[in-house]
Amino acid sequence: MTKTTIPEEEFTYPGSTGCPGCGANLVMRYLLKGLGDRTVLSIPACCWAVMPGYWPSNCLKVPILYTAFEATGAGISGLRAAYDAKGVKDVTVVGFAGDGGTVDIGLQALSGAAERQTDAIYVMYDNEAYMNTGIQRSGATPWGAWTTTTPGGATKNYKHEPKKDIMAIMQAHGIPYAATVSVAHPEDFVKKAQKAKSLKGLRFIHALSPCPPGWRMSPQLTVEVARLAVDTHLFPLYEIDDGRLRITRKGKGTPVKEYLKIQGRFSHLDESQVDSIQKTVDERWAKLLKRESEGA
Amino acid sequence: MTKSYEEIPLTPISDSPSTMNMTGLWRAFRPVVDISRCKKCTLCWKFCPDGAITLVDGVPVIDLKYCKGCGICAQECSAECIVMVPEGAE
Amino acid sequence: MRMVMTGNYASAYGAKASRAEVIAAYPITPQTSIVEKLADFVSSGEMNAKYIPVESEHSAMAACIAAETAGARTYTATSSHGLTLMHEVLMWASAARLPIVMTNVSRAMAPPWSVWVDHMDSVAQRDTGWMQFFCESNQEVLDTIIMAYKVCESRGVMLPAMIIEDAFILSHTSEPVDVPDQEIVDSFLPPYNPELKIEPGKAMGFGSLVRPDQYMEFRYKAMQAMRDAHDRFLRVEKEFKQVFGREYGGLLDTYRCDDAEVVLVAAGSTAATAKDVVDAMREKGQPVGLARLRAFRPFPHEEFRALASKVSGMGVLDRSYTFGAAGAFYTEIKASVYSCQKRPVMKNYIAGLGGRDITPKILEKIFEDIQLTAKRGGGDEVEWVDVAGLPRRWR
Repeated sequence: MTKTTIPEEEFTYPGSTGCPGCGANLVMRYLLKGLGDRTVLSIPACCWAVMPGYWPSNCLKVPILYTAFEATGAGISGLRAAYDAKGVKDVTVVGFAGDGGTVDIGLQALSGAAERQTDAIYVMYDNEAYMNTGIQRSGATPWGAWTTTTPGGATKNYKHEPKKDIMAIMQAHGIPYAATVSVAHPEDFVKKAQKAKSLKGLRFIHALSPCPPGWRMSPQLTVEVARLAVDTHLFPLYEIDDGRLRITRKGKGTPVKEYLKIQGRFSHLDESQVDSIQKTVDERWAKLLKRESEGA
Repeated sequence: MTKSYEEIPLTPISDSPSTMNMTGLWRAFRPVVDISRCKKCTLCWKFCPDGAITLVDGVPVIDLKYCKGCGICAQECSAECIVMVPEGAE
Repeated sequence: MRMVMTGNYASAYGAKASRAEVIAAYPITPQTSIVEKLADFVSSGEMNAKYIPVESEHSAMAACIAAETAGARTYTATSSHGLTLMHEVLMWASAARLPIVMTNVSRAMAPPWSVWVDHMDSVAQRDTGWMQFFCESNQEVLDTIIMAYKVCESRGVMLPAMIIEDAFILSHTSEPVDVPDQEIVDSFLPPYNPELKIEPGKAMGFGSLVRPDQYMEFRYKAMQAMRDAHDRFLRVEKEFKQVFGREYGGLLDTYRCDDAEVVLVAAGSTAATAKDVVDAMREKGQPVGLARLRAFRPFPHEEFRALASKVSGMGVLDRSYTFGAAGAFYTEIKASVYSCQKRPVMKNYIAGLGGRDITPKILEKIFEDIQLTAKRGGGDEVEWVDVAGLPRRWR
């Protein structure tokens, strides 16, 4: 037996109908390796509503409750209440939603679930746009990105607004645990999932989920681009455990242009725009280091 | 095959493994592994989005019924022993 | 035990007697005293249920859907804008075949803002796949909740139901109500035990994607279930009468219709008033009757067809309206009786919107108008009743 760095047991079957190189497939695979088979998922409209396959196909070895787009927070509250009412123990209730379903249309229900301290894990797999509907901008699309609804053109109408900071929003709810994870760092991912599982209350996991068609890159680069997101400090890996922030992977400090240049969605950016992204990333990274050192 | 309304459940409840979906048919490029150079690093297994790779004594076995040919295994292989070749080519 | 209570408390006692296990609700006027009472029941330990204080009606229904899928009996209550906010997930609940029971305190839609009764909110949910039961008394509210769970959870039905109370007229008016003993309710309504539920360790996806070549078969099944709910309801009500000694006349509650020449169809509290008007007119020798539409879904087609064959005039009072058409009750009833060999002259009365009183005097004038229209053999088909500025004020 070769020793693997993440649990060898699989909770997914091959034959998912996700695109080749889909980051969201990896997010689910690592998540379930961390959570195990006593997991019940609530999944709204998103890529993952389609990826298990047409009825009667399910690519997961755990149950799924499909819900309406904005309903994930309510779905996990309902599941948990029913299991509590029925005395069903040893079950991890998980909301698993995309970025649009989380930071846009599902934010209210998520906020409600967090405020009610629903005993569940909420995972946002963030491919930074409405990908299932064909790459329309969401509140999680980063500044400067091309999407089909920020198509550039003569007016250079790319995404003009920065990405919504969901981690800060969730932290403001005073939840017990929040963490960022990357498909390039499965060991860190699985460890955080396991930790989230061991806690009570609403735990939040933000997973960057590269999307080859949406990010305009070739599918073999999914893991590489996720690695660059961490190394450039654009998507730092950290956790906030009971209010204390800890960076779990420092990254090399690679220039952000290395991350941007392999994605077609940023190909129109000029040097000064890249510099401005770099500046923002550096500032945010410095703030994160400061927060870590201050223990907040 | 469309099932009669009498044969289906009240609401669509999916209870069959997705291995019914032959997603390998989507593939444009096929991974070819040079086993002799494999260092058993398991990265290909770890990063396969479709779980289409299993490890046998640490060496990858790629299930071409499901491999979609994304090429992540070739990209991530630490021994550079996986290459992607166009489907139909030898 | 006999108690004096409002329609809203009757709803809360109905949910308690039915042993709802999960309640998810959001407050809205005039539903609030239902959820307040339920919160009291849960807080005092009188009711063994989980109460989810959700942040919207959409989430209330979505949480009920999730809990019901996990095998818990659920209850919620709403009104007006709350009900219409739920619209998307109402469709979800029925297509997921979840026997959720909900009270809707029927209230007008804004603008203009109004907290008073009309049926626009409920009627707008006609196509969501929910059963709809309109009530005329607080006792009927309580009893119908218990009956509804039994009908909804029947193997051949598995559809949700809303119990409709008229805002304030029922919701906030006190009447004597008999609260049945818990053991008797338990003997009538067994615990909810669905064939399939979402549970850890069973890899099933509930509500997954189907291709166009399979979608219609699922819808056909749901349509059949709604059709079968008709007879199922009648059987349940018969059983209810045996156990509790009360009944409400099936899906179409006919009052002095047997020898009537003209009848009025009405739903909710107006029907109770109209029964008194029928009595008064009968005393004056007028052969009129009242048909109370108790269930908008399942729709009592056969009942209407039987009634239509016997009368020369049929008025339909809608406490709602459909832009560009007549009231929804009217169009459906008319469509239902169209193929009868002998059918009456029909007329639609739009009345009582936004809590406008439908007084006995107005109802008497409506009856007289039906009589006149029947004698004439027809006339204007749709008339708005009691609108300032129109030639006829009805008062």
